[in-house]
Amino acid sequence: MGERLLEVEDLQVSFVTEEGVLRAVDGVSFTLDRGEVVAIVGESGSGKSVTVMTLMGLTRGPNSRFGGTARLGDRELIGASEQELQRIRGKEIAMIFQDPISSLSPVHRVGDQIVEQIRAHEDISKAAALDRAVELMRRVGIPHAEQRARAFPHEFSGGMRQRAMIAMALSLSPSVLIADEPTTALDVTIQAQILEEIKELRAHGDAGVIFVTHDLGVVADIADRVLVMYGGRVVEQGTLDEIFYDPQHPYTWGLLGSVTRMDREPPRRLPAIPGQPPSLLSPPEGCHFRPRCPHAFDRCIEVPPLEARLPEAPGHLDRCWLEVADKRARREVAGRIGLAAAGTVIA
Amino acid sequence: MTRFVVRRTLSAIALLFATSVVVFGIFEVIPSYNPARAIAGRNATQTTVQEVAHKFGFDKPFYVQYANTMKLIFTGQVIDYQDQLNVVDQFRQRFGATLSLVIPAGILWLLAAVLLGSISALRVGRMADRALMVLAILGVSIPIFLLAAVLLYLLAFKTTIFPNTGYVGISDPVQWAYHLILPWFCIAVLSVGFYSRVLRSNLLDMVNQDFVRTARAKGLSRRQVFVRHVLRNSLMPIITMFGLDFATLLGGAALVTEFVFNIPGVGQYEAQAIGNLDVPPILVGSLFTAFFVVLFGAAADVLYALLDPRIRLTG
Repeated sequence: MGERLLEVEDLQVSFVTEEGVLRAVDGVSFTLDRGEVVAIVGESGSGKSVTVMTLMGLTRGPNSRFGGTARLGDRELIGASEQELQRIRGKEIAMIFQDPISSLSPVHRVGDQIVEQIRAHEDISKAAALDRAVELMRRVGIPHAEQRARAFPHEFSGGMRQRAMIAMALSLSPSVLIADEPTTALDVTIQAQILEEIKELRAHGDAGVIFVTHDLGVVADIADRVLVMYGGRVVEQGTLDEIFYDPQHPYTWGLLGSVTRMDREPPRRLPAIPGQPPSLLSPPEGCHFRPRCPHAFDRCIEVPPLEARLPEAPGHLDRCWLEVADKRARREVAGRIGLAAAGTVIA
Repeated sequence: MTRFVVRRTLSAIALLFATSVVVFGIFEVIPSYNPARAIAGRNATQTTVQEVAHKFGFDKPFYVQYANTMKLIFTGQVIDYQDQLNVVDQFRQRFGATLSLVIPAGILWLLAAVLLGSISALRVGRMADRALMVLAILGVSIPIFLLAAVLLYLLAFKTTIFPNTGYVGISDPVQWAYHLILPWFCIAVLSVGFYSRVLRSNLLDMVNQDFVRTARAKGLSRRQVFVRHVLRNSLMPIITMFGLDFATLLGGAALVTEFVFNIPGVGQYEAQAIGNLDVPPILVGSLFTAFFVVLFGAAADVLYALLDPRIRLTG
């Protein structure tokens, strides 16, 4: 792997609301190297988007509170001034958002929106910036880029809009690319094409990618390392293989179990994790997954630390009190990862 | 575009026709309405009144009277009953004063509303926002005749900072502006409050849009994000409102201001006509207003389509 780009340590984000303090992100730590794709996986409200938006300072506001550190090279992002962040946003850290139709300004031409970003950071003429925008659009596979640059977002299809977003994000060759559910709003064929674009980027080795998603199929396709988030905390993190072949946390089992697989006989009913994600205003005591976990026992009332529990894999961390041998035995009930957590037994 | 113009023209004709019929019809059903008596004068005999009624065609059926009046209007020969003056000439002479009053006032209130609405939105919930909220409510709820009277009392009577009413033509721009500052202010105050509140809520809706987040993520400065993305996308409703309000003011809705400040505009003329139940000026005034409403409604739609490429002109 390449040089270290980003180092996040014990990141804390809370929002002061009328009902109380909402701890959206509680102690997230990870690193990102050049040429690497780190996936952050979790349900809606698990804090994955807040984590990445905080890196760009997009969650700042009068009611936001932050803790921990996030270093981009030798610069600290969490306490950075707005001016400093302004220089970093779009140039060194760029972001692709979930919904490409609402994420592009409806009243500006697509080319102009890319030009706007280039000119926010570089002192070049409009014409030169537009040439570069067209070139970028061509690179991400937008046909007739010259004409399309003059079109408005509503004249683009969903996939083309997301390509335009990617072109915009890549316009200043950022070292960190954050993709916040970039394929969720797209159909599967377009999704596959967009993923190709991101893989292409990784193959060039220019940037590190943080990929936020709830789609494990996409994760398997693209990620090098995975963070599984639940209720604002990372419950498990490790390499792709570690997470997929030797998952340690019952929540991860549940996530993996709720994916249909082409290589196995489909279950009669797709297993789901029973219950609701926790409210971050009044989270359950101890392990956040405890109320939904079929394996919970008395010790789970204490928060398990995120630490390595496997001697052979020091980078594989999880937050579960169960003994490793016990976990491995339990998750293989019914011969399939995930069913144990889902609580469904197939006859 | 052709389709748009044709359809708007047709609907304008329909609207003008309907307006004229309704306004004319109102006077048919007003109980003690007798234009012949008004024309004949206070001491006229019954015979004289009947002669006048016959001469002006008041004894003919409704539709004949209507047709005759409309014909006179469109040939520019219609006269008012009170002073026997040519109504179209009156409107022509007085329109300059109304334009002098309304155009700068419109620019003033639009700029002030954008400025104050933006300040409110940027300082939402804080002192500036609250203070502007109070001012907006005051501005909307103070009757314009009261505001005008108070301003005149304080600034033109107690202290003679401004002239005590009157109008000077634009050929003397300094005196023109000097006489119009208070009237402009009065008209603007009424609209600024309302417009700035509408803009404020549009801005606050817009701030949470995804594309605004994208704009911030691009590394734009706060000012660039606000002006190019937030404000730009929030102006549409204001434009529609402005088109219609401006049109009615041109058509004479500034009548209270014109009356109090003694500005010889079309509104003042219409106000007098209404007081005298003088049908021809009222009818012409209504058509005049309806014409501007249609015109500025179409202009607002064109501007809308220019500002928002998703909107097509379909009429």
